[in-house]
Amino acid sequence: MLRIHCPYCQELRDEPEFHYCGEAHLARPEDPAGCSDAEWGTYLYFRRNPRGRHHEMWYHAAGCRRFFNVVRDTVTYNIEQTYAMGAQPAHDEAHE
Amino acid sequence: MKQVNRIAEGRLIDPNEPMTFTFNGRTLQGFRGDTLASALLANGIKIVGRSFKYGRPRGIIAAGVEEPNAILQVGATPSTQVPNVRATEQALYEGLVCRTTNGWPSVEWDAMALIGKLVGKMMPPGFYYKTMMYSQPVWHAAERVIRKMAGLGFAPTEPDPEIYDKINRHCDLLIIGAGPTGLAAALTAQPSGARIIIVDENPTPGGWLRFSDDQIDGAPALAWVQAARQTLSAASNVELLLKTTATGLHDGNFITAIERCRDHLEPTVTQGLARQRMHRIRAREVLLATGAHERPLVYANNDVPGCMLAGAVSAYLKGYGVRPGNNLVVATNNDAGYQAAIDWLAAGSGNATVVDARKAPTPSLITRAESAGVVVIAAAVVVDVVGSAGVKAAVICNYDAQDDARLGPMRKLAADIIASSGGYSPVVHLSAHLGHRPVWREDIQGFVPNPGHERLLFAGAVAGDFALSQSLEQGALSAQQALTRVGNDAPASPARSCRESIEFALQGLYLVPHPLSTAKAPPQFVDFQLDVSAAAIEIAIREGFESVEHVKRYTALGFGTDQGKLSNVNGVAIAAKALGQSMKETGTTMFRPNYTPASFGVMAGRDVGEFFEPKRYTAMQSWHEAKGAAFEDVGQWKRPWYFPQGDETLDAAVRRECLAVRQGVGILDASTLGKIDIQGPDAREFLNRIYTNAWLKLAPGKCRYGLMCGEDGMVMDDGVTACLAPNHFLMTTTTGGAARVLQWLELWHQTEWPELKVFFNSVTDHWATITLSGPESRALLAPLTDIDLSPSNFAFMDWRAGLVCGLPARVFRISFTGELTYEINVNANYGLALWQALMDAGVDFALTPYGTETMHVLRAEKGFVIVGQDTDGSVTPEDLGMGWAVAKRKKFSFVGQRGMMRADCLRPQRKQFVGLSPLKPSYVLPEGSQIVFARPQSLPADMVGHVTSSYDSPILGHSFALALVQGGLDRLGEIVEVSVGPDRWEKAEIRSPVFYDPEGARQHV
Repeated sequence: MLRIHCPYCQELRDEPEFHYCGEAHLARPEDPAGCSDAEWGTYLYFRRNPRGRHHEMWYHAAGCRRFFNVVRDTVTYNIEQTYAMGAQPAHDEAHE
Repeated sequence: MKQVNRIAEGRLIDPNEPMTFTFNGRTLQGFRGDTLASALLANGIKIVGRSFKYGRPRGIIAAGVEEPNAILQVGATPSTQVPNVRATEQALYEGLVCRTTNGWPSVEWDAMALIGKLVGKMMPPGFYYKTMMYSQPVWHAAERVIRKMAGLGFAPTEPDPEIYDKINRHCDLLIIGAGPTGLAAALTAQPSGARIIIVDENPTPGGWLRFSDDQIDGAPALAWVQAARQTLSAASNVELLLKTTATGLHDGNFITAIERCRDHLEPTVTQGLARQRMHRIRAREVLLATGAHERPLVYANNDVPGCMLAGAVSAYLKGYGVRPGNNLVVATNNDAGYQAAIDWLAAGSGNATVVDARKAPTPSLITRAESAGVVVIAAAVVVDVVGSAGVKAAVICNYDAQDDARLGPMRKLAADIIASSGGYSPVVHLSAHLGHRPVWREDIQGFVPNPGHERLLFAGAVAGDFALSQSLEQGALSAQQALTRVGNDAPASPARSCRESIEFALQGLYLVPHPLSTAKAPPQFVDFQLDVSAAAIEIAIREGFESVEHVKRYTALGFGTDQGKLSNVNGVAIAAKALGQSMKETGTTMFRPNYTPASFGVMAGRDVGEFFEPKRYTAMQSWHEAKGAAFEDVGQWKRPWYFPQGDETLDAAVRRECLAVRQGVGILDASTLGKIDIQGPDAREFLNRIYTNAWLKLAPGKCRYGLMCGEDGMVMDDGVTACLAPNHFLMTTTTGGAARVLQWLELWHQTEWPELKVFFNSVTDHWATITLSGPESRALLAPLTDIDLSPSNFAFMDWRAGLVCGLPARVFRISFTGELTYEINVNANYGLALWQALMDAGVDFALTPYGTETMHVLRAEKGFVIVGQDTDGSVTPEDLGMGWAVAKRKKFSFVGQRGMMRADCLRPQRKQFVGLSPLKPSYVLPEGSQIVFARPQSLPADMVGHVTSSYDSPILGHSFALALVQGGLDRLGEIVEVSVGPDRWEKAEIRSPVFYDPEGARQHV
């Protein structure tokens, strides 16, 4: 069971308080109408699913009800860092 | 009731406390402190089960949780049955009832054994696939017989009356295993004051020291164990949990450990005590001191009762005073095997022979054994066993390790017990639970925990350090390391001198060669519980399975309730040899939680029955109950389903309720609808983006129905939102969707549009909502409120604030029935009072309470959808015929707009929402029925849709249904066929989904 540091509550809490919400840093296209079906499909359905470092979004459902970002290794499950929505991760390859 | 094999007192038993128990209906006697296994052996019970596949008789092999054969059904009554209990782990108690789980007609004479003998060779791995794959009918017939014969134990037929607990715990250091390593670690760490938990699966600490003659600091090691136990029990910072198995090691140093609180006690004296307790432990550091399991050698007929592990022989002798025979032959490839023979003769007369595969065993050991009377035969192996229901003799051959195939002539050695020792397999299971594959160590011929596991410390036998002195030293060192990691002072621990009776020296040997080839030799069993032989593993390799994980799955090696604790390394070794590769290259299969089987009860804990899930009640619950309402679960809510009068049926009650609403006035408890309070200067803009329709011009005092879609353009929720003030809205959601919708709103606000000034709050529980619906509702409500109900002041889709029955209320003129309707919202604390006042006032109007079933019928007559019943996540607003609720020219591209413009959403012949009228007007189509355009000549048919809602309509006088049908809106008037059972079809006409009052005149009065 993971322990996750909520950047808003500033506390390390147990996993059952949170919901996993998939890949982080997915920006909605500025002009949806200008997107082709393929572009929209990519935005809707295509995810990176990396082996290793993964930027993902979590929701503190049984806590502050805020969404935030987590950098987690999908092999070891180690959580490298958590940071608020709108912030950028500490390392460089945020959007590799 | 003489215990024929009980020859001495034993360290763990109390001969002053005899107890009786029942095995397969026979009454037997044992002592307090016995395990079920030791008591069975004491009574001379040789056969404790029949093998899974071939029905061969099987006896007790081990003395610990690694036991594969002695898997018994325990329990005296139908409700207290516990299947698959390891007899080696179950403590004996007075009156224990157990029986073997297979064997027909009896375990001594089993019919399956004949089949096993006759066709054993014809049941290779994959037998069922190979035999049955071309003939389904044969399989279906055979399956019934096979299922009856296969399997271990049976589930209880009555609910479990026991109580189970869960407890959350925290500690600085968790030590798993209270053998020498674990105890040394705990003693080292204890003075630091760190919080320590030490768990051990056995009822007493000490691990293998319980059965050894080793010495620590000049005194018996057991005395050191006793002193350690006292020190640790007295320390306030240490918790010693015995009879507690660490079953899983999870992320974040979270460990589940199951304590068997009272499985060792008579059920009658322990009423009210929890049977088992799951400790959910968060540890800052974890030290694995889980020791090692001795593994058997693999020789022909090695499953004949009487074949045991060498260490188990010592354990039964020393721990329980049980010697299961007279003539012992030990087959070994290492020093440890000798101890069993020495212990055997120390316990009394008899014969003991050691057959050592090594050419030149340790000379001092030979001297010691021979002076005890043990015959030592070096450079020889046991290749076969004489006997079927019990060992009669061992067949031995001279053996040269340099040349596996060159065996000397066979000769027989009389024996009733053959004990084997093939070396030690570290208990690495927990270390692998997070995906770290154990690594092979050639020097100890065993897998040890992967050192890449950063969060885990391991020491002692599990790390491959088998010597007592090493265990003590490494245990202490690991404790210091753990304390340093958690920032605690780590006191040095005293060096201890140990005198060990046995040193560890081993020559790798797994499958003992037989003069015949493996395929022709009598079966050489690797996995006893699932009857996997060495030949089966070789067949799997021949058939192309090269990964050990595939070999495991093809042969079922290690799949039993023992999870291959004895068989894993032997199986890997045989596979490696067949593949011509090293153990390291072959690797081991993975280990996953749980280490030993866990009961469902302890996983559920107290979260059963009433505590399984929270129940949510509305403020009017007591009234509903008093009136005998039947309830329906909607999410966690209990909602009145219908209000039967007398012994009225569901159908009759719903018919009465429906007509009351259509012709008079009904009252519904609608409090469970999700309600979200939305405030802020940008609330309106937010609604405009999240709903498909337009919200910029909705004035205070007005309500609007909204459809919510996902970005894929599919309908996900709907509801009415009211404008309370320019910057203040109240959104309603479906009952089941309330939490999901709130999260959805938060998601968009927090991640995409944080610049919008808007806040959301769930107010579902704050309001009680009472719906008055029917043509008489205005006449009923008017005298009770100060709100002017005249249509000119309070029109359809308006809301007004005022007093109702003297209570401050918001009244919404919205309708889910199609009738004139007022939804009255008051503070939930007033809900019951208002309901009662309305019921009192409604007497003259025959005000009729109605439930969700009537609500569903009435809304369906109007063609109103229920999201999640009439939709399934693949339905757009256009598909529902609700294009009117989509504002395509909104400036902002609302959520779902782009999605519903995808080519696939625009294509013709999508499934569309329509009504169906069965041609048999009294027939109610089953919901979920598949629809075809024409009755098919052959199957499979082209299914073009399905029935989503279906009822009998009292007001229409016939049945009707709602459905999704391909291109349905262009097919009004056409007849379709609905599949209502095997070869049963009903015709229905496609029509508009609005069956009643299509003009909507009734709600606009």
